[in-house]
Amino acid sequence: MATSAIRVKGIEKSYKDLHVLRGVDFEVEPGTVFALLGSNGSGKTTMVKLLSTLLKADAGSAAVEGFDVATESLQVRQSISLTGQFAAVDEVLTGKENLVLVAKLRHLKNPGGIADELLAQFGLTEAGSRKVAMYSGGMRRRLDIAMSLIGDPKVIFLDEPTTGLDPEARLEVWQIVKNLAKKGTTVLLTTQYLDEAEQLADRIAILHEGRIIANGTLAELKQLLPPAKVEYVEKQPSLEDIFLALVGTGTNNGAEAANNESVKDRS
Amino acid sequence: MSTHFFADTSVLLGRSMRHIFRSVDTIITTAITPIALMLLFVYVFGGAIRTDTENYVNYLLPGIMLIAIASGIAYTAVRLFTDLQSGIFERFQSMPIARSSVLWAHVLTSLVANGLSLLIIVLVALLMGFRTSANVLDWLAVAGILALFTLALTWIAIVAGLSAKSVDGAGGFSYPLIFLPFISSAFVPTETMPGPVRWFAENQPVTSIVNTIQDLFAQRPEGGDIWVALAWCLGILAVSYAVATAAYKRQIA
Repeated sequence: MATSAIRVKGIEKSYKDLHVLRGVDFEVEPGTVFALLGSNGSGKTTMVKLLSTLLKADAGSAAVEGFDVATESLQVRQSISLTGQFAAVDEVLTGKENLVLVAKLRHLKNPGGIADELLAQFGLTEAGSRKVAMYSGGMRRRLDIAMSLIGDPKVIFLDEPTTGLDPEARLEVWQIVKNLAKKGTTVLLTTQYLDEAEQLADRIAILHEGRIIANGTLAELKQLLPPAKVEYVEKQPSLEDIFLALVGTGTNNGAEAANNESVKDRS
Repeated sequence: MSTHFFADTSVLLGRSMRHIFRSVDTIITTAITPIALMLLFVYVFGGAIRTDTENYVNYLLPGIMLIAIASGIAYTAVRLFTDLQSGIFERFQSMPIARSSVLWAHVLTSLVANGLSLLIIVLVALLMGFRTSANVLDWLAVAGILALFTLALTWIAIVAGLSAKSVDGAGGFSYPLIFLPFISSAFVPTETMPGPVRWFAENQPVTSIVNTIQDLFAQRPEGGDIWVALAWCLGILAVSYAVATAAYKRQIA
């Protein structure tokens, strides 16, 4: 029997008088990308912290890979990796030292080799021996995600992975998430950007005022609204298109941008 | 849970030792203010201060070392607070490691960093004429008491680091601790102080620790001071460790 990678039932969480989560239910199938969509303060980060055993719920239950987050937290932590809202990297260490640190804490053999491999994979080989304090926001985020991939966790939480990134770096992160999905990793992604959820997620749940108010595939969510009517609109390049054309990013990202645009046009 | 405690602690200790050796200024600044105080008191005020030791540096050094420790532990609070702010604390806590090793690594780092600062201070004191007939065992006893004092204050620093709202708050808690040695037997014998001040000076932890170390350096038979000193250190350690554990639990409520 295939168990869900993540199963959340009736989760409630309050900070003093503030009811952040008021009974959240959802399930995530193994190997899929699940987006938790919501505005600031909707409780996305609280949900991620509960699932990564950093907080305890007031009521309800949650399990990751079949392990209960409250009673089997060590097994949960063995199955997951958390990429928090801000790049959790050590600024004083170099990029490589950051990766080696995580590999050692995960008790893996050959931490240096693992670090070199990931540096190459994330285009950081050259920057690997520099202190992270000198990295750009995009490089930090790439290193941050690379640190989360060490030990091949089955489930990865990405809490607003592209907030604060420039358009190029955002497309890089999107590509990383797509590659993760291809490899069969389960990804729970929180975002406040609608296009990000549209681009990446197999299923999208909308978290609003502490509850999931909609949950389904993009096609299913679209059916919640009256059918689209055909309108003719002059196609203007978006500022993102102009920006990316002018700064001349690689063909890979260019294709990504074009793809992104065509998706937007459909809606 | 504890299976990887020692391995994880040593990996994380290696990390914060890198922090220290990449910003050696934290060790220098920890040592420099006490050294400046030592110079000031020996060469400016010292002539007017009567103690029963052959030279004033001998009398002063133990108190100077305690001031160095009280200011040095502030860096532990700042380092822990920075870890919490940057999110790397949460990263560690979400990994399959012995969770308490994150705090213990900071505590051990504090012991090493303060030890290095104290070494610099002792070397400067030797240049200024500090002399002792203490043997290896006496030195070990001094090191042990200083380590215990550092440990007790470091757990207070952990509380400050865990519960501070700003970097200034994380570092600022140590000011009263730095001030304590001034109202003790560290600079002048307590007999010269007026009644209430003398009572406070003679009944606060620093005086018993200072007296014990002075006795060990001078190879005088210690009175009951060493037991009072140990009781203070262990008492502060027990309370600060308990409060730190509670503050840590609040983080993951």
